[in-house]
Amino acid sequence: MKVQFQTINQILDMGGHGFYVWSAVFVTLTVLIGLIVRPLLQHKTVLNQVSQDLAREKLRKKTAGEGN
Amino acid sequence: MNWVWFYRLASPLWFYQTTTRWLPWLGLLAFILLATGLVWGLGFAPQDAKQGNSFRIIYMHVPASFLALAGYFLMATAGAIGLIWKMKLSYMVMKAAAPIGAALTFLALFTGAVWGKPTWGSYWVWDARITSMLILLFLYFGVLALQYAFHNEEASNKASAILALIGTVNIPIIYKSVDWWYTLHQPSTIKLTSAPSMHPDMFQPLLVMILGFYCFYIVALCLFTRVEILRRERKTGWVGDLVGELNGSTEGKRQ
Amino acid sequence: MRKQASNSFYAYLRRDLLLSYRRLGEAASPLIFFVMASTLVPLGMTPDLASLAKIAPGIIWVLALLATMLSVGGLFAGDYQDGSLEQLLISPQILVMPVLGKVTAHWLITGLPLTLVSPLLGLMLSMPEAGYLPMMASLALGTACLSLLGAVGAALTVSLHKGGMLLALIVMPLYMPVIIFGGATVQYGIDGLIWTAPLAILGAMLAAAIALCPLAIASVLRLTSIN
Repeated sequence: MKVQFQTINQILDMGGHGFYVWSAVFVTLTVLIGLIVRPLLQHKTVLNQVSQDLAREKLRKKTAGEGN
Repeated sequence: MNWVWFYRLASPLWFYQTTTRWLPWLGLLAFILLATGLVWGLGFAPQDAKQGNSFRIIYMHVPASFLALAGYFLMATAGAIGLIWKMKLSYMVMKAAAPIGAALTFLALFTGAVWGKPTWGSYWVWDARITSMLILLFLYFGVLALQYAFHNEEASNKASAILALIGTVNIPIIYKSVDWWYTLHQPSTIKLTSAPSMHPDMFQPLLVMILGFYCFYIVALCLFTRVEILRRERKTGWVGDLVGELNGSTEGKRQ
Repeated sequence: MRKQASNSFYAYLRRDLLLSYRRLGEAASPLIFFVMASTLVPLGMTPDLASLAKIAPGIIWVLALLATMLSVGGLFAGDYQDGSLEQLLISPQILVMPVLGKVTAHWLITGLPLTLVSPLLGLMLSMPEAGYLPMMASLALGTACLSLLGAVGAALTVSLHKGGMLLALIVMPLYMPVIIFGGATVQYGIDGLIWTAPLAILGAMLAAAIALCPLAIASVLRLTSIN
């Protein structure tokens, strides 16, 4: 098993097929990273929403209690 | 036989807690496998005699295709389990599997297209496998659209599960039909992967990539399912406690 | 028991046919769409008869598929809106039979007229003569399949507000094997091959659809007609 390419230029060029191989790599990485980042962001958003809901609920109970 | 483990699986809380513990490690494994496979395949595997370096796209295309198809069956199975055992967590997994599968199907189609251009001269060729993959993407779109169309959660679960199952039954029929249709009009079948005659030096990084993609899929599936769990269980005590814990820890740090 | 089951089949078949007869304009619209849309192809492409002849079988099949797909959404929509679907669901009969009756009525109103009018379209799109019989045979069996499969989609989307487009989205992948073999039947006929072979496969699909789709439709209706 040996290294197939000698220079950076060769790696980018990929024997003339550089555009195809690297666009495939780019889209693959974008999709894979996106599939991880999106649920992580959503996770954070949902936790924020739940904590806001709870805070609102607590406040409502407090004012309802004080009203009585 | 002791079925306790099966019924414990039904608990969203158990799932959430277990994944909180194990997911970072699985994610690390997936990252190592994918990085290794990609570098190996792009830089160290020998190039193909006929296709030159463009064949390296195989290291992304084939695992994506595998997972796209396997993901559909997983989605349908999760739906079936939800229908039969009325397990809410199973429905959540089914819902999580849909966008991941659709994204991977798109990835398979895109990488297939950029592979096709240097190989066959055209970005898009109506060959049996690509056309079947396109129809799989449409099946995914159908399930995704149906999921979000219902206001009632239970109806949404059941309808999506049934549609996923109908799609599953149809996938072999669709594949066989498209295959027959293609050989009808194209006597010379062009094989996208010369799998049986692949040199081990080319095949080994592919194995690594396939394993890496499987691990990645599980990680992504768990992440999406966790979000779904939080969304659906937001009124329960344990979610409230969890949020309280996280808030409490940040407040402590601020002071 | 058997007599009761077939009674509900005929009852609903007659009911739906009667309802369509009272609104003939609505019932005829898939057919009119079929004929009108066929003029779009020469207008959009070319009036050259030779080119049209080559694509005629595919065009006619695609139009038949679209016409069926557009009309199948109304299969359960009317009943859902006025509550008779709910009545059907809580009635004691086996749901499969009324469902089959309704789908048969749909085919008699949509698929059968399409089949009978298709030679006219073949003429307009200058389809070779050898294709006429295979085309009618494939459309007869194929549109029945399309009605059955479309009804499954209609059942899934019955309670949704704007279910029409979603129905098309869901049902189209299921339609693809049908059009593959339907178009192939006509093409085989034109090329002088044994066109009864793909037709037989179409027949097998229809047999499977008749057996399985009503069951699927019945369970979907029970599970999802609440929103």
